[in-house]
Amino acid sequence: MGFRDVILKPKFFVYLGCFIVLLFLPKILPIYHLILFESGITFAIMALGFNLLLRYTGLLSFGHGALFATGAYAVGMMGEYFPDLYRIEILIPVALAGSFVVSTIFGFICVRHTRVFFSILALALSMVLFALLVKLYNITGGSDGIHIDLPIIFGKSFEGMKRFEFLSGVYYYLLICVFAAATIIMLAIVNSPFGKALQCIRDNEVRAEMIGIRVRRYRLYSFILSGLFTGLGGAMWSFVNGHVTPEIAEWVFSGEIVYMTLLGGFMVFEGPIIGAILFTYLRLYAVSITQYWMFLIGATLIILVLLLPEGITGGFVKLFSKMKRAPSTGVA
Amino acid sequence: MEHWVVYLLNGLYFASFLFLTSLGLSIILGVMGILNLAHGSLFAIGAFVAAWLVGGYGSNAPITIFVVGLLAALGVAGVAGLALETTLIRPMYRRALEYQLLITFGALLLIEDVIKMIWGGTAYYASKPFTVMGSLDIGANQYPYYFLFAMLVSVAAGLGLWLIMSKTRVGIMLRAISMDREMAQAMGIRIRSLNTLAFGMGAALAGLAGALIVPTTPALLGIGMEPLILAFIVVVLGGLGSLKGALIGSLIVGETRSIGIVFFPEIELPLLFLIAVVILVFKPEGLFGR
Amino acid sequence: MLEVKELVKDFGRVRIINSADFKVEADEIVSLVGPNGAGKTTLVNLISGHILPTSGTITFLARNITFASPYKRIKMGVARNFQITNLFPDTSVLDNVRTCLFSVYGKIKRGVLPASHYRSITEEAVGILDLFGISGKKDLMPPSLSEGDKKILDTAMAFALKSKFLLLDEPTSGVATGDKFKVMDTIVTAIRREKMACMIIEHDMDIVSDYSDRVLVLSDGRIIAAGSPKEIMEQDDVKEILFGVKV
Repeated sequence: MGFRDVILKPKFFVYLGCFIVLLFLPKILPIYHLILFESGITFAIMALGFNLLLRYTGLLSFGHGALFATGAYAVGMMGEYFPDLYRIEILIPVALAGSFVVSTIFGFICVRHTRVFFSILALALSMVLFALLVKLYNITGGSDGIHIDLPIIFGKSFEGMKRFEFLSGVYYYLLICVFAAATIIMLAIVNSPFGKALQCIRDNEVRAEMIGIRVRRYRLYSFILSGLFTGLGGAMWSFVNGHVTPEIAEWVFSGEIVYMTLLGGFMVFEGPIIGAILFTYLRLYAVSITQYWMFLIGATLIILVLLLPEGITGGFVKLFSKMKRAPSTGVA
Repeated sequence: MEHWVVYLLNGLYFASFLFLTSLGLSIILGVMGILNLAHGSLFAIGAFVAAWLVGGYGSNAPITIFVVGLLAALGVAGVAGLALETTLIRPMYRRALEYQLLITFGALLLIEDVIKMIWGGTAYYASKPFTVMGSLDIGANQYPYYFLFAMLVSVAAGLGLWLIMSKTRVGIMLRAISMDREMAQAMGIRIRSLNTLAFGMGAALAGLAGALIVPTTPALLGIGMEPLILAFIVVVLGGLGSLKGALIGSLIVGETRSIGIVFFPEIELPLLFLIAVVILVFKPEGLFGR
Repeated sequence: MLEVKELVKDFGRVRIINSADFKVEADEIVSLVGPNGAGKTTLVNLISGHILPTSGTITFLARNITFASPYKRIKMGVARNFQITNLFPDTSVLDNVRTCLFSVYGKIKRGVLPASHYRSITEEAVGILDLFGISGKKDLMPPSLSEGDKKILDTAMAFALKSKFLLLDEPTSGVATGDKFKVMDTIVTAIRREKMACMIIEHDMDIVSDYSDRVLVLSDGRIIAAGSPKEIMEQDDVKEILFGVKV
């Protein structure tokens, strides 16, 4: 299957169409909405990473906020302590490196356990990171957090520019490119032999081990990849938000990550992207009409869970096998 | 030297309501196989109920009202647990475990805001019982009688639970289910109603623990999160399904926290975690687990 | 190729395997028969590494694998199917087999190109499905297959692991009687072509006599008879155990 096969599939055109629409959005949307949308895009990058773990590996993490925070704080701390290196070409790799370290540590601890313990261990580890971020205020700024300056992008400085100008200009296009790259990479991963191996682990870990897949190791790889995407989302988000505080490592945000992935429908590849963008609007709307938005999210989460059919691995299988009439030769 | 005695005794105090909370979590996990993420919220319900009663009506007879508060907390949390189990958790039995986690998480979010709706966002103080009881002199230090009271309550509850589990028919059935669910079902034990009972018991214990803490800590939003994580560490450390494990685990965590707060105030939670992780590396099933 | 010496397995106070001794040569198809509860599946579990013995040794290709992990044994070339079918329910039939091939060819770590890009492996997977007669169902999901087809897929997966020694636990149970011989033909032809050694647990004595080179009879935890199907069938004690016929 070569380049030509990819181009001629209808899905490719849909993706291309979406990308073109995205490129024109700054001309269409008012600035306020555009910035909100950008927030949603950074969450979408994060949700893609989260879903690699949930949908494709069958692991539910309640602690992904910590990985998001790692990326965001990596940017913040670079700004604080290495202002000379405050260039986007350095900041993104640093954020990825930080995410790599943290997810390796988290992952190594969590994947050794059964799926249920995995979930709450992830939650507990994220609470530890949260506690560290708050208490080590000399390094991390404590609960006040760190202010995020505008970075130098490929040599061009934006000092003095207003943030909203920055976000509706160069940064928007950079973000869209990063998002597109992340989506393509994730697509490649889930369709690759590695991705298939992860799905086998999700379906039947005993059998997976039996056909020669080292389950623990592959779960760790999946966790690390998931963490990289999530941290990248956090890093990109930090510029949009302008400020990073420990709250993003807390359990509430981790719960929101789970929620937005479920909202968009985690069984489909694009689902988390849609869920993330939708969630940014929903959350804003909910917060503006009530102070009890946790109740709203909790209630809708419960409704979502009650209505989803049997099992993460069962469920939409019937729907899928009806849709999968043509042979699947590639893009999921 | 005396300081150490005080630290250790403080650790015992902390261990006492940790013991109750983790016992509750362990019962639910053992009998139903569900990790109840809303456990901290049930703890919080207990705390708010007790604090509200004592703060509102307890100025004249603080200790009596406090005892009423303890029982009320037990009751309200227990009922909340029963409601939770019958409405939300029962439909999830045949689903993948992740769904049960998700739904208890949804319940967590829900209850947090329900507490906010009922009691608002302010802190509820209930320190009267603590101050009224006075303290014991240990050398140059003072050890509050309230701490002893709390430990007494926990030990009594633990003893009561042990009696129920080993002497009553219901208790024996619960233990049977936690050991082998299918066998128990084959023997005609009514799993459904016992599951509900187990959840209610676990919830009541959490509520009681929450109530016990309010004389020294005000009831605040989010008060249940740390007890949830710590209770989980205790269960993981002490091993699932073991009363002895819950006891020893609570002591370890309680003492570590007590000493940690004095010497490493910034990192006592990470420190606890490190200990748990190290133990898990060598014994993944916990110290006394099956 | 495989040598089992004085293998003992106790479950608590019950001795399931009571000093089993036998050999399997390369290229050989051996059937393991015996009454229910004799311990056949336990024996297979001991050889595949899912349970560890109480005492005794298992040697494979001159290496002691008595306590090796299942993963190690697979890498060395011991594969098995499962009596209760053990598939990947949420991935397609094709992927069930193709992932086995990816694992065998060491491509399982490749995370960049889509699985379908690996043309030769994909074709080989389709070929294996074809060999077992289920290539028409390659895009379906396992839960929608018939019980017999699930069994066949399970065996196809064990086969795809290209092992040197294949353990088959009742490969035709659940398959419609008319198709049993067709399935066995397929399996045995493929096995002989690849020159694999194979041990099959089977109850159907017709299949045993048609397809085995040798038969091992397991009763009360030990091998009480070994020989060609014809020889075995003629022994009185075997007949008594297998058919309950007192001679």
